Amino acid sequence: MQETTANQVAANATSSFTEHLQRQRPDLLPFGQQHFGQQLPAGSAATPLQAPHGTTIVALTYAGGVLMAGDRRATMGNVIASRHIEKVFPADQYSVLGIAGTAGIALDITRLFQVELEHYEKIEGTLLSLDGKANRLGAMIRSNLPMAMQGLAVVPLFAGFDRPAGLGRLFSYDVTGGRYEEQEHHTVGSGSMFARGALKKLWRPNLPEQDAVAVAVEALYDAADDDSATGGPDPVRQLWPVVYVVNRTGAFRVPERELAAVAGTIIESRAVAQREA
Amino acid sequence: MTQQFYVSPEQLMKDRADFARKGIARGRSVVVISCRDGIALVAENPSPSLHKIGEIYDKIAFAAVGKYNEFESLRQAGVRYADVRGYSYDREDVTARGLASVYAQSLGAVFTAEQKPFEVELAVAEVGSSPDADHLYRLTFDGSIADEKGFIVMGGQADKVSESVAAGWQVELDFAGAIRLALAGLVADKETDTLPASAVEVAVLDRGSESSRGTRRAFRRLDDADITALLAEEN
Repeated sequence: MQETTANQVAANATSSFTEHLQRQRPDLLPFGQQHFGQQLPAGSAATPLQAPHGTTIVALTYAGGVLMAGDRRATMGNVIASRHIEKVFPADQYSVLGIAGTAGIALDITRLFQVELEHYEKIEGTLLSLDGKANRLGAMIRSNLPMAMQGLAVVPLFAGFDRPAGLGRLFSYDVTGGRYEEQEHHTVGSGSMFARGALKKLWRPNLPEQDAVAVAVEALYDAADDDSATGGPDPVRQLWPVVYVVNRTGAFRVPERELAAVAGTIIESRAVAQREA
Repeated sequence: MTQQFYVSPEQLMKDRADFARKGIARGRSVVVISCRDGIALVAENPSPSLHKIGEIYDKIAFAAVGKYNEFESLRQAGVRYADVRGYSYDREDVTARGLASVYAQSLGAVFTAEQKPFEVELAVAEVGSSPDADHLYRLTFDGSIADEKGFIVMGGQADKVSESVAAGWQVELDFAGAIRLALAGLVADKETDTLPASAVEVAVLDRGSESSRGTRRAFRRLDDADITALLAEEN
Protein backbone atom coordinates (compact mmCIF):
# COMPACT_ATOMS: atom_id res chain seq x y z
CA MET A 1 0.00 0.00 0.00
CA GLN A 2 1.12 3.50 -0.72
CA GLU A 3 2.72 5.30 2.21
CA THR A 4 0.34 8.22 2.36
CA THR A 5 -0.28 10.42 5.35
CA ALA A 6 -3.76 8.94 5.63
CA ASN A 7 -2.32 5.42 5.80
CA GLN A 8 0.12 6.47 8.49
CA VAL A 9 -2.57 8.13 10.54
CA ALA A 10 -4.80 5.07 10.22
CA ALA A 11 -1.94 2.76 11.22
CA ASN A 12 -1.15 4.84 14.28
CA ALA A 13 -4.73 5.16 15.45
CA THR A 14 -5.24 2.64 18.20
CA SER A 15 -7.84 2.34 20.92
CA SER A 16 -5.70 -0.20 22.76
CA PHE A 17 -3.72 0.96 25.75
CA THR A 18 -1.45 -2.09 25.57
CA GLU A 19 -0.59 -1.37 21.95
CA HIS A 20 0.15 2.23 22.87
CA LEU A 21 2.51 1.08 25.64
CA GLN A 22 4.19 -1.44 23.33
CA ARG A 23 5.02 1.40 20.94
CA GLN A 24 5.82 4.20 23.34
CA ARG A 25 6.74 2.71 26.73
CA PRO A 26 7.46 -1.04 26.42
CA ASP A 27 9.32 -0.91 29.73
CA LEU A 28 6.01 -0.38 31.54
CA LEU A 29 4.45 -3.66 30.41
CA PRO A 30 4.25 -6.38 33.07
CA PHE A 31 5.57 -8.92 30.58
CA GLY A 32 8.79 -7.09 29.64
CA GLN A 33 8.56 -7.00 25.84
CA GLN A 34 12.03 -5.57 25.53
CA HIS A 35 13.51 -8.80 26.91
CA PHE A 36 11.45 -11.01 24.64
CA GLY A 37 13.11 -14.39 24.33
CA GLN A 38 15.73 -13.46 26.88
CA GLN A 39 16.10 -15.64 29.97
CA LEU A 40 15.06 -14.21 33.30
CA PRO A 41 18.09 -13.74 35.55
CA ALA A 42 17.00 -16.23 38.19
CA GLY A 43 15.03 -19.45 37.99
CA SER A 44 14.26 -21.83 35.16
CA ALA A 45 11.55 -24.35 34.39
CA ALA A 46 13.33 -26.86 36.62
CA THR A 47 13.64 -24.59 39.70
CA PRO A 48 10.93 -21.96 39.44
CA LEU A 49 11.58 -18.56 40.93
CA GLN A 50 10.18 -18.35 44.46
CA ALA A 51 7.31 -15.89 44.31
CA PRO A 52 3.90 -15.74 45.98
CA HIS A 53 1.19 -17.77 44.27
CA GLY A 54 -2.53 -17.25 44.34
CA THR A 55 -4.94 -20.15 44.26
CA THR A 56 -8.52 -21.19 43.69
CA ILE A 57 -11.04 -19.00 41.98
CA VAL A 58 -14.56 -20.24 41.42
CA ALA A 59 -17.12 -18.77 39.08
CA LEU A 60 -20.67 -19.79 38.37
CA THR A 61 -23.70 -18.54 36.54
CA TYR A 62 -26.95 -17.87 38.34
CA ALA A 63 -30.35 -16.50 37.45
CA GLY A 64 -29.66 -13.06 36.05
CA GLY A 65 -25.89 -13.03 35.99
CA VAL A 66 -22.60 -14.55 36.92
CA LEU A 67 -20.60 -14.67 40.15
CA MET A 68 -16.91 -15.02 40.96
CA ALA A 69 -15.23 -15.78 44.27
CA GLY A 70 -11.64 -16.20 45.41
CA ASP A 71 -9.99 -17.26 48.67
CA ARG A 72 -7.55 -14.94 50.45
CA ARG A 73 -4.33 -16.98 50.65
CA ALA A 74 -1.05 -16.56 48.76
CA THR A 75 1.70 -19.14 49.23
CA MET A 76 5.42 -19.19 48.53
CA GLY A 77 6.58 -22.81 48.51
CA ASN A 78 5.18 -24.28 51.71
CA VAL A 79 4.91 -20.90 53.47
CA ILE A 80 1.81 -18.73 53.63
CA ALA A 81 2.91 -15.47 52.02
CA SER A 82 -0.34 -13.59 52.67
CA ARG A 83 -3.70 -14.20 54.31
CA HIS A 84 -5.23 -11.00 52.94
CA ILE A 85 -4.51 -11.14 49.22
CA GLU A 86 -7.39 -10.39 46.85
CA LYS A 87 -7.58 -12.30 43.60
CA VAL A 88 -10.92 -11.22 42.17
CA PHE A 89 -11.20 -7.73 40.72
CA PRO A 90 -13.74 -5.73 38.77
CA ALA A 91 -12.37 -5.37 35.22
CA ASP A 92 -14.91 -2.73 34.26
CA GLN A 93 -18.53 -1.92 34.99
CA TYR A 94 -19.86 -5.21 33.62
CA SER A 95 -17.07 -7.73 34.05
CA VAL A 96 -14.81 -9.26 36.67
CA LEU A 97 -11.50 -11.04 36.56
CA GLY A 98 -10.02 -13.67 38.86
CA ILE A 99 -6.39 -14.70 38.78
CA ALA A 100 -4.45 -17.78 39.82
CA GLY A 101 -0.69 -18.21 39.47
CA THR A 102 2.25 -15.92 40.15
CA ALA A 103 0.66 -13.14 42.18
CA GLY A 104 2.97 -10.25 41.27
CA ILE A 105 2.57 -10.68 37.52
CA ALA A 106 -1.12 -11.48 37.82
CA LEU A 107 -1.77 -8.24 39.72
CA ASP A 108 0.06 -6.23 37.07
CA ILE A 109 -1.80 -7.92 34.23
CA THR A 110 -5.06 -7.19 36.04
CA ARG A 111 -4.15 -3.53 36.39
CA LEU A 112 -3.17 -3.34 32.73
CA PHE A 113 -6.40 -5.06 31.70
CA GLN A 114 -8.48 -2.62 33.76
CA VAL A 115 -6.75 0.37 32.13
CA GLU A 116 -7.08 -1.29 28.71
CA LEU A 117 -10.87 -1.52 29.00
CA GLU A 118 -11.26 1.97 30.45
CA HIS A 119 -8.95 3.42 27.79
CA TYR A 120 -10.98 1.86 24.99
CA GLU A 121 -14.17 3.18 26.54
CA LYS A 122 -12.81 6.72 26.75
CA ILE A 123 -11.24 6.80 23.29
CA GLU A 124 -14.16 5.20 21.47
CA GLY A 125 -16.97 6.52 23.65
CA THR A 126 -18.48 3.06 23.94
CA LEU A 127 -17.85 -0.16 25.88
CA LEU A 128 -15.99 -3.06 24.30
CA SER A 129 -18.19 -6.11 23.62
CA LEU A 130 -17.83 -8.98 26.10
CA ASP A 131 -16.18 -11.17 23.46
CA GLY A 132 -13.83 -8.30 22.66
CA LYS A 133 -12.83 -8.03 26.31
CA ALA A 134 -12.31 -11.80 26.55
CA ASN A 135 -10.09 -11.77 23.43
CA ARG A 136 -7.98 -8.87 24.72
CA LEU A 137 -7.35 -10.76 27.94
CA GLY A 138 -6.31 -13.83 25.94
CA ALA A 139 -3.79 -11.74 23.99
CA MET A 140 -2.30 -10.44 27.25
CA ILE A 141 -1.90 -13.93 28.68
CA ARG A 142 -0.22 -15.03 25.47
CA SER A 143 2.23 -12.13 25.75
CA ASN A 144 3.19 -13.54 29.13
CA LEU A 145 4.05 -16.94 27.60
CA PRO A 146 7.87 -16.51 27.75
CA MET A 147 7.58 -15.81 31.48
CA ALA A 148 5.12 -18.69 31.90
CA MET A 149 7.69 -21.02 30.31
CA GLN A 150 10.05 -20.03 33.09
CA GLY A 151 7.57 -20.83 35.82
CA LEU A 152 5.82 -17.47 36.18
CA ALA A 153 2.46 -18.44 34.78
CA VAL A 154 -0.80 -16.57 35.22
CA VAL A 155 -4.13 -18.28 34.63
CA PRO A 156 -7.16 -16.00 34.72
CA LEU A 157 -10.87 -16.60 34.83
CA PHE A 158 -13.06 -13.96 33.23
CA ALA A 159 -16.77 -13.40 33.76
CA GLY A 160 -19.09 -10.71 32.55
CA PHE A 161 -22.59 -9.76 31.68
CA ASP A 162 -23.28 -9.80 27.95
CA ARG A 163 -25.74 -6.92 27.66
CA PRO A 164 -26.99 -7.51 24.11
CA ALA A 165 -27.55 -11.21 24.86
CA GLY A 166 -28.86 -10.49 28.36
CA LEU A 167 -26.93 -13.23 30.18
CA GLY A 168 -23.82 -13.83 32.26
CA ARG A 169 -20.92 -15.59 30.50
CA LEU A 170 -17.75 -17.23 31.69
CA PHE A 171 -14.34 -17.66 30.04
CA SER A 172 -11.29 -19.68 31.04
CA TYR A 173 -7.77 -19.49 29.58
CA ASP A 174 -4.65 -21.57 29.26
CA VAL A 175 -1.10 -20.17 29.49
CA THR A 176 -0.88 -19.79 25.71
CA GLY A 177 -3.83 -17.39 25.77
CA GLY A 178 -6.32 -19.95 24.51
CA ARG A 179 -9.80 -18.78 25.38
CA TYR A 180 -12.57 -21.22 26.23
CA GLU A 181 -16.14 -20.34 27.03
CA GLU A 182 -17.41 -22.34 30.01
CA GLN A 183 -20.96 -23.41 30.75
CA GLU A 184 -22.55 -23.36 34.20
CA HIS A 185 -19.42 -23.03 36.33
CA HIS A 186 -15.65 -23.25 36.31
CA THR A 187 -12.70 -23.06 38.71
CA VAL A 188 -8.96 -22.43 38.37
CA GLY A 189 -5.98 -22.80 40.72
CA SER A 190 -4.47 -25.54 42.84
CA GLY A 191 -7.68 -26.21 44.79
CA SER A 192 -9.79 -26.20 41.65
CA MET A 193 -10.37 -29.96 41.45
CA PHE A 194 -11.91 -30.01 44.94
CA ALA A 195 -13.94 -26.87 44.32
CA ARG A 196 -15.12 -28.31 41.03
CA GLY A 197 -16.35 -31.46 42.72
CA ALA A 198 -18.31 -29.36 45.19
CA LEU A 199 -19.78 -27.19 42.44
CA LYS A 200 -20.97 -30.24 40.52
CA LYS A 201 -23.07 -31.26 43.51
CA LEU A 202 -24.19 -27.83 44.70
CA TRP A 203 -24.85 -25.92 41.48
CA ARG A 204 -28.23 -26.04 39.82
CA PRO A 205 -29.77 -24.02 36.98
CA ASN A 206 -31.31 -20.64 37.81
CA LEU A 207 -29.88 -20.32 41.30
CA PRO A 208 -31.11 -17.20 43.09
CA GLU A 209 -28.29 -14.73 43.80
CA GLN A 210 -28.08 -15.39 47.55
CA ASP A 211 -27.93 -19.16 47.05
CA ALA A 212 -25.24 -18.67 44.41
CA VAL A 213 -23.08 -16.80 46.94
CA ALA A 214 -23.53 -19.67 49.41
CA VAL A 215 -22.63 -22.27 46.76
CA ALA A 216 -19.44 -20.38 45.81
CA VAL A 217 -18.33 -20.00 49.43
CA GLU A 218 -19.01 -23.67 50.14
CA ALA A 219 -17.02 -24.73 47.07
CA LEU A 220 -14.11 -22.62 48.33
CA TYR A 221 -14.54 -24.17 51.77
CA ASP A 222 -14.16 -27.64 50.24
CA ALA A 223 -11.11 -26.53 48.28
CA ALA A 224 -9.50 -25.14 51.44
CA ASP A 225 -10.32 -28.36 53.27
CA ASP A 226 -8.13 -30.45 50.97
CA ASP A 227 -5.71 -28.02 49.33
CA SER A 228 -3.08 -26.52 51.64
CA ALA A 229 -2.53 -23.56 49.32
CA THR A 230 -6.16 -22.43 49.58
CA GLY A 231 -7.30 -20.48 52.63
CA GLY A 232 -10.67 -21.16 54.23
CA PRO A 233 -12.96 -18.65 55.94
CA ASP A 234 -11.02 -17.23 58.90
CA PRO A 235 -13.32 -16.31 61.84
CA VAL A 236 -10.32 -15.38 64.03
CA ARG A 237 -9.15 -12.61 61.68
CA GLN A 238 -12.64 -12.05 60.30
CA LEU A 239 -11.46 -12.82 56.75
CA TRP A 240 -13.95 -14.04 54.18
CA PRO A 241 -13.59 -14.81 50.48
CA VAL A 242 -13.82 -11.97 47.97
CA VAL A 243 -17.07 -12.39 46.04
CA TYR A 244 -18.32 -10.32 43.11
CA VAL A 245 -21.68 -10.63 41.39
CA VAL A 246 -22.24 -9.30 37.87
CA ASN A 247 -25.72 -8.70 36.56
CA ARG A 248 -27.61 -6.32 34.29
CA THR A 249 -26.94 -3.39 36.61
CA GLY A 250 -23.18 -3.96 36.88
CA ALA A 251 -20.48 -5.67 38.94
CA PHE A 252 -20.80 -5.44 42.73
CA ARG A 253 -18.76 -6.74 45.60
CA VAL A 254 -20.76 -8.79 48.09
CA PRO A 255 -20.45 -7.04 51.48
CA GLU A 256 -18.33 -8.64 54.27
CA ARG A 257 -21.31 -8.78 56.60
CA GLU A 258 -23.22 -11.03 54.22
CA LEU A 259 -20.19 -13.26 53.62
CA ALA A 260 -19.58 -13.62 57.36
CA ALA A 261 -23.14 -14.90 57.76
CA VAL A 262 -22.84 -17.31 54.82
CA ALA A 263 -19.45 -18.65 56.01
CA GLY A 264 -20.80 -18.95 59.56
CA THR A 265 -23.72 -21.07 58.38
CA ILE A 266 -21.42 -23.40 56.43
CA ILE A 267 -18.98 -23.85 59.34
CA GLU A 268 -21.88 -24.50 61.69
CA SER A 269 -23.53 -27.08 59.43
CA ARG A 270 -20.23 -28.92 59.04
CA ALA A 271 -19.65 -28.89 62.79
CA VAL A 272 -23.16 -30.22 63.44
CA ALA A 273 -22.69 -33.05 60.92
CA GLN A 274 -19.69 -34.29 62.96
CA ARG A 275 -18.17 -36.03 59.95
CA GLU A 276 -14.53 -36.47 59.03
CA ALA A 277 -15.02 -35.75 55.32
CA MET B 1 16.02 31.52 -7.12
CA THR B 2 13.26 33.72 -5.93
CA GLN B 3 13.90 35.67 -2.79
CA GLN B 4 11.37 35.13 0.00
CA PHE B 5 9.62 38.23 1.24
CA TYR B 6 10.60 39.29 4.72
CA VAL B 7 7.77 39.06 7.22
CA SER B 8 8.45 40.30 10.73
CA PRO B 9 7.85 37.78 13.54
CA GLU B 10 5.27 40.14 15.05
CA GLN B 11 3.29 40.18 11.82
CA LEU B 12 3.61 36.41 11.39
CA MET B 13 2.29 35.67 14.89
CA LYS B 14 -0.49 38.22 14.54
CA ASP B 15 -1.61 36.66 11.27
CA ARG B 16 -1.62 33.20 12.77
CA ALA B 17 -3.55 34.37 15.83
CA ASP B 18 -6.13 36.14 13.67
CA PHE B 19 -6.51 33.01 11.57
CA ALA B 20 -7.06 30.80 14.61
CA ARG B 21 -9.46 33.26 16.24
CA LYS B 22 -11.57 33.40 13.10
CA GLY B 23 -11.82 29.60 13.02
CA ILE B 24 -12.89 29.44 16.65
CA ALA B 25 -15.40 32.28 16.34
CA ARG B 26 -17.36 30.28 13.75
CA GLY B 27 -18.04 27.47 16.24
CA ARG B 28 -20.81 27.15 18.77
CA SER B 29 -20.12 27.83 22.42
CA VAL B 30 -19.25 25.64 25.39
CA VAL B 31 -19.84 26.54 29.05
CA VAL B 32 -18.05 24.91 32.00
CA ILE B 33 -19.48 25.78 35.41
CA SER B 34 -18.19 24.83 38.82
CA CYS B 35 -21.01 24.48 41.36
CA ARG B 36 -22.00 22.85 44.66
CA ASP B 37 -22.60 19.34 43.20
CA GLY B 38 -19.50 19.34 41.01
CA ILE B 39 -18.68 20.70 37.59
CA ALA B 40 -21.24 20.94 34.78
CA LEU B 41 -20.09 20.99 31.16
CA VAL B 42 -22.63 22.18 28.62
CA ALA B 43 -22.10 22.53 24.87
CA GLU B 44 -24.33 23.50 22.02
CA ASN B 45 -23.89 20.48 19.79
CA PRO B 46 -26.56 18.95 17.56
CA SER B 47 -24.56 15.75 16.94
CA PRO B 48 -25.30 12.93 19.38
CA SER B 49 -22.02 11.12 18.67
CA LEU B 50 -19.34 13.69 17.79
CA HIS B 51 -18.64 14.96 21.25
CA LYS B 52 -17.19 18.29 22.31
CA ILE B 53 -17.01 17.14 25.91
CA GLY B 54 -15.11 14.08 27.03
CA GLU B 55 -13.80 12.14 29.98
CA ILE B 56 -10.04 12.21 30.47
CA TYR B 57 -9.58 10.54 33.83
CA ASP B 58 -11.22 9.90 37.21
CA LYS B 59 -11.80 13.54 38.17
CA ILE B 60 -10.81 15.25 34.94
CA ALA B 61 -12.93 16.25 31.96
CA PHE B 62 -12.25 18.02 28.71
CA ALA B 63 -14.31 20.46 26.67
CA ALA B 64 -13.39 22.12 23.41
CA VAL B 65 -14.54 24.40 20.64
CA GLY B 66 -13.11 24.77 17.15
CA LYS B 67 -12.14 22.21 14.55
CA TYR B 68 -13.35 18.73 15.46
CA ASN B 69 -10.42 16.73 14.10
CA GLU B 70 -7.92 18.95 15.89
CA PHE B 71 -9.48 18.91 19.34
CA GLU B 72 -10.36 15.23 19.01
CA SER B 73 -6.70 14.38 18.46
CA LEU B 74 -5.84 16.51 21.50
CA ARG B 75 -8.49 14.73 23.56
CA GLN B 76 -7.12 11.32 22.60
CA ALA B 77 -3.58 12.45 23.37
CA GLY B 78 -4.83 13.62 26.76
CA VAL B 79 -6.47 10.26 27.52
CA ARG B 80 -3.23 8.48 26.55
CA TYR B 81 -1.13 10.82 28.68
CA ALA B 82 -3.42 10.37 31.69
CA ASP B 83 -3.73 6.60 31.36
CA VAL B 84 0.03 6.08 30.98
CA ARG B 85 0.71 8.33 33.94
CA GLY B 86 -1.93 6.71 36.14
CA TYR B 87 -0.72 3.26 35.16
CA SER B 88 2.96 3.92 35.76
CA TYR B 89 2.59 5.95 39.00
CA ASP B 90 -0.82 5.90 40.63
CA ARG B 91 -4.30 7.06 39.80
CA GLU B 92 -4.10 9.98 42.22
CA ASP B 93 -0.95 11.28 40.50
CA VAL B 94 -2.92 12.33 37.44
CA THR B 95 -3.83 16.01 37.81
CA ALA B 96 -5.50 18.60 35.64
CA ARG B 97 -2.49 20.86 36.16
CA GLY B 98 -0.13 18.28 34.63
CA LEU B 99 -2.47 17.64 31.73
CA ALA B 100 -3.06 21.35 31.09
CA SER B 101 0.65 22.05 30.94
CA VAL B 102 1.16 19.24 28.42
CA TYR B 103 -1.65 20.71 26.32
CA ALA B 104 -0.14 24.20 26.64
CA GLN B 105 3.21 22.90 25.41
CA SER B 106 1.76 21.06 22.43
CA LEU B 107 -0.47 23.97 21.43
CA GLY B 108 2.46 26.36 21.77
CA ALA B 109 4.70 24.12 19.67
CA VAL B 110 2.09 23.79 16.94
CA PHE B 111 1.42 27.55 16.97
CA THR B 112 5.06 28.49 16.36
CA ALA B 113 6.45 25.57 14.38
CA GLU B 114 3.68 24.14 12.23
CA GLN B 115 2.30 25.50 8.98
CA LYS B 116 -1.01 26.39 10.55
CA PRO B 117 -2.00 26.79 14.19
CA PHE B 118 -4.74 24.66 15.78
CA GLU B 119 -8.10 26.41 15.55
CA VAL B 120 -9.21 25.26 18.98
CA GLU B 121 -9.82 26.46 22.48
CA LEU B 122 -9.83 23.93 25.31
CA ALA B 123 -11.00 23.68 28.89
CA VAL B 124 -9.57 21.14 31.33
CA ALA B 125 -11.67 20.73 34.48
CA GLU B 126 -10.85 18.78 37.62
CA VAL B 127 -13.43 18.32 40.35
CA GLY B 128 -12.22 18.54 43.96
CA SER B 129 -13.76 17.79 47.34
CA SER B 130 -15.21 21.31 47.58
CA PRO B 131 -15.86 24.08 45.04
CA ASP B 132 -12.67 25.80 46.26
CA ALA B 133 -10.66 22.72 45.30
CA ASP B 134 -11.99 22.64 41.72
CA HIS B 135 -9.56 23.49 38.94
CA LEU B 136 -10.62 25.05 35.66
CA TYR B 137 -7.96 25.69 33.05
CA ARG B 138 -8.55 27.49 29.80
CA LEU B 139 -6.09 26.84 26.97
CA THR B 140 -5.98 28.84 23.78
CA PHE B 141 -4.59 28.08 20.30
CA ASP B 142 -1.20 29.74 21.03
CA GLY B 143 -0.53 27.71 24.17
CA SER B 144 -1.54 30.35 26.70
CA ILE B 145 -2.99 28.89 29.83
CA ALA B 146 -5.29 30.56 32.32
CA ASP B 147 -6.52 29.30 35.68
CA GLU B 148 -10.17 30.38 35.95
CA LYS B 149 -12.47 30.57 38.95
CA GLY B 150 -16.14 29.64 38.80
CA PHE B 151 -16.81 29.19 35.11
CA ILE B 152 -15.36 29.23 31.59
CA VAL B 153 -17.14 30.23 28.41
CA MET B 154 -15.52 29.51 25.04
CA GLY B 155 -16.42 29.68 21.39
CA GLY B 156 -18.42 31.80 18.96
CA GLN B 157 -20.26 34.49 20.89
CA ALA B 158 -18.27 33.99 24.09
CA ASP B 159 -18.66 37.59 25.28
CA LYS B 160 -22.46 37.62 25.24
CA VAL B 161 -22.72 34.12 26.71
CA SER B 162 -20.17 34.95 29.36
CA GLU B 163 -22.04 38.09 30.41
CA SER B 164 -25.25 36.15 30.88
CA VAL B 165 -23.56 33.33 32.86
CA ALA B 166 -21.63 35.79 35.06
CA ALA B 167 -24.87 37.50 36.02
CA GLY B 168 -26.39 34.31 37.39
CA TRP B 169 -23.42 32.37 38.73
CA GLN B 170 -23.28 31.42 42.39
CA VAL B 171 -21.20 28.77 44.09
CA GLU B 172 -24.33 27.25 45.75
CA LEU B 173 -25.92 26.21 42.44
CA ASP B 174 -26.82 22.53 42.06
CA PHE B 175 -26.43 20.69 38.76
CA ALA B 176 -29.94 21.53 37.56
CA GLY B 177 -29.39 25.20 38.33
CA ALA B 178 -25.94 25.27 36.72
CA ILE B 179 -27.17 23.56 33.55
CA ARG B 180 -30.18 25.89 33.35
CA LEU B 181 -27.85 28.86 33.73
CA ALA B 182 -25.53 27.54 31.01
CA LEU B 183 -28.43 26.95 28.63
CA ALA B 184 -29.81 30.42 29.30
CA GLY B 185 -26.33 31.74 28.48
CA LEU B 186 -26.08 29.75 25.26
CA VAL B 187 -29.27 31.30 23.87
CA ALA B 188 -28.21 34.85 24.86
CA ASP B 189 -27.12 35.61 21.29
CA LYS B 190 -30.11 34.02 19.56
CA GLU B 191 -33.70 34.90 18.74
CA THR B 192 -35.13 31.85 20.53
CA ASP B 193 -35.09 31.63 24.31
CA THR B 194 -34.77 27.85 24.73
CA LEU B 195 -32.62 25.10 23.24
CA PRO B 196 -34.12 21.62 22.82
CA ALA B 197 -32.36 18.78 24.67
CA SER B 198 -31.32 17.26 21.33
CA ALA B 199 -29.32 20.38 20.43
CA VAL B 200 -27.10 20.32 23.49
CA GLU B 201 -24.51 18.01 24.96
CA VAL B 202 -24.32 17.90 28.74
CA ALA B 203 -21.93 16.07 31.05
CA VAL B 204 -21.07 16.47 34.71
CA LEU B 205 -18.17 15.71 37.03
CA ASP B 206 -19.84 14.45 40.20
CA ARG B 207 -18.27 15.76 43.39
CA GLY B 208 -19.47 12.76 45.41
CA SER B 209 -19.13 9.95 42.85
CA GLU B 210 -17.49 7.61 45.40
CA SER B 211 -20.31 7.92 47.92
CA SER B 212 -23.26 8.24 45.56
CA ARG B 213 -22.30 5.83 42.78
CA GLY B 214 -19.41 3.85 44.26
CA THR B 215 -17.00 4.76 41.48
CA ARG B 216 -13.98 7.02 41.42
CA ARG B 217 -14.81 8.00 37.84
CA ALA B 218 -16.69 11.24 38.37
CA PHE B 219 -17.59 11.86 34.71
CA ARG B 220 -21.18 11.20 33.67
CA ARG B 221 -22.76 12.04 30.34
CA LEU B 222 -26.44 12.98 30.49
CA ASP B 223 -28.75 11.75 27.76
CA ASP B 224 -31.66 13.75 26.34
CA ALA B 225 -34.15 12.27 28.82
CA ASP B 226 -31.90 13.21 31.77
CA ILE B 227 -31.55 16.76 30.48
CA THR B 228 -35.30 17.16 29.95
CA ALA B 229 -35.95 15.81 33.45
CA LEU B 230 -33.38 18.15 35.01
CA LEU B 231 -34.84 21.15 33.24
CA ALA B 232 -38.39 20.23 34.25
CA GLU B 233 -37.35 20.08 37.94
CA GLU B 234 -38.59 23.03 39.92
CA ASN B 235 -36.17 24.83 42.16
